[in-house]
Amino acid sequence: MKSIIAQGLVKTYRNGEVRALDGLDLDVEEGTVLGLLGPNGSGKTTTVRVLATLLTPDEGSATVGGVDVVKHPDQVRNMIGLSGQYAALDETLTGWDNLTMFGRLYHLSASATKARATELLEKFSLTEAARRPIKTYSGGMRRRLDLAASLIIKPKVLFLDEPTTGLDPRGRQEMWQVIDELVKGGVTLLLTTQYLEEADQLADSIAVIDAGKVIARGTSDELKNQVGGERLEITVEAANLAKAVELVKQVAGVDPIVDTGLRRISAPVNNGSNSLVQVLRLLDEAKIHPLDIGLKRPSLDDVFISLTGHVAEIETEVVTGKKKRK
Amino acid sequence: MKQAIGDFLVITKRQLLQMIRIPEVLIFATIQPAMFVLLFRYVFGGAINSGVSGGYVQLLMPGIFVQTVAFTLAATAVGLTADMQKGLIDRFRSLPIARSAVVIGRTVGDTLQNIVTLVVMGLVGFAVGWRPSSGPLKIFLAFLFLLAFGYSMSWIGILIGLSVREERVAQSLVFLTVFPLTFLSNAFAPTTGMPKILQYFAEWNPVSTMVAACRELFGTKNIFGATATSWPSQHPVAMSLIYMVLLVVVFAPISVRKYVKVSAK
Repeated sequence: MKSIIAQGLVKTYRNGEVRALDGLDLDVEEGTVLGLLGPNGSGKTTTVRVLATLLTPDEGSATVGGVDVVKHPDQVRNMIGLSGQYAALDETLTGWDNLTMFGRLYHLSASATKARATELLEKFSLTEAARRPIKTYSGGMRRRLDLAASLIIKPKVLFLDEPTTGLDPRGRQEMWQVIDELVKGGVTLLLTTQYLEEADQLADSIAVIDAGKVIARGTSDELKNQVGGERLEITVEAANLAKAVELVKQVAGVDPIVDTGLRRISAPVNNGSNSLVQVLRLLDEAKIHPLDIGLKRPSLDDVFISLTGHVAEIETEVVTGKKKRK
Repeated sequence: MKQAIGDFLVITKRQLLQMIRIPEVLIFATIQPAMFVLLFRYVFGGAINSGVSGGYVQLLMPGIFVQTVAFTLAATAVGLTADMQKGLIDRFRSLPIARSAVVIGRTVGDTLQNIVTLVVMGLVGFAVGWRPSSGPLKIFLAFLFLLAFGYSMSWIGILIGLSVREERVAQSLVFLTVFPLTFLSNAFAPTTGMPKILQYFAEWNPVSTMVAACRELFGTKNIFGATATSWPSQHPVAMSLIYMVLLVVVFAPISVRKYVKVSAK
């Protein structure tokens, strides 16, 4: 059974000038985790806001737990948990105050609220901080409490919008652990992220979103295969460029991509570290000293570029951006 | 319905908890009007020939009371804008609660805060010579009147709070709205010294009718509007009631609708 279904969602702003969602289709199988992966402004948050009943789509329809989000928002609200990009808590109140407030707003009885708050604080290692105002919490603690607040009613469907953005590596690790445990508990989770690594770690399946549309769907392995494996990247002096291209081609077995301006050669390789050693040896024999050499794993950028072919556009943007700054 | 009341009580409780968790806010919110009482009493009190027994402070106190409760909407607007910025309003909107609970809870919470403020101001006023002479019932009614006025004004604060994205903008907007209202009135000085057009405005100004109504209820002759012949000047209590009802009837539905539609971004 599908817990979340979205069909042809459209949401425009400024009289249609900005199409935040442009015919987005999505579905999430019950009890699984979907990672919605995309850069800033691609429509991730808008999607979550529509599914969480905060925003009415201009076109299209969506159901959560089988219930139409536009027609019966109150029924949907009774079974979802939402944790947004910023910890949406009352900073002046304590962690305990916040959790009990949300418990009561979900219409749990006073005793059930207390029991649940105690349980969640324990689970997220916040028991000691429970009586302190949120404003004294670290970023990671806030996010955990925010997540706890969205779990008060044991939601069937959980939306996490960029749960680790802005956290330090340790905070991110802690958050991943917490989410991992939740998923084992059988909740259906829609998670948005900018990080391929995060989607990789947490999601059963990934949907790549760009300009308000899902442009690719699959497991992280499937997507990575689509992008290709590791790439070898070398930067050399202009005089050595032609010779180096020849050597890289010898190792990679395909024509490398050459950026003459940056004097950078890049080629997909199968056996990363071996290829690296081989190229280094050949370069050394040819008395060419690379200015920079390394292996690049596919990143969100690569997935994204390979899926959308936006590469030229993005590069122009970067260049003009730099010019403006000067 | 029962659930809606429960929701609104939870939101109100949240605001009372805020008062307990950061008492400084309430303390300063109270010190400021108390300071105004002292400043006006001793700076203007000497200069303005009040012509009422007991002196200027008898006229001043109702004026300052009304000014203070009118400024309730500052707390309402700024608090709400802050909640929106932090995404808290979004979270509330994702909960299965009554649509009006959050905004009603806010207006009621701010009104409860006014009780503390009014009590402290009353005591400071008493200490510097304010002596309401109308008897306990009317004095009580006057305070009730003030709370009701603050409550109805806070609905404007809800609308402002939901309309802007920055706390500082909310603050400026509140000052731009409320300061002219409180000064183009009979609160601190006679309206007769103003240019004709402003006099007209001052007579119809809800702050003026409120101040006049309070003066009446506290048992002080409202000599700051004595020569005015307009209907509101003649019937300040009735007119103030009409204004309060109007404020709520107009702003509450707009604000609730706005709340349902508003999105932080």
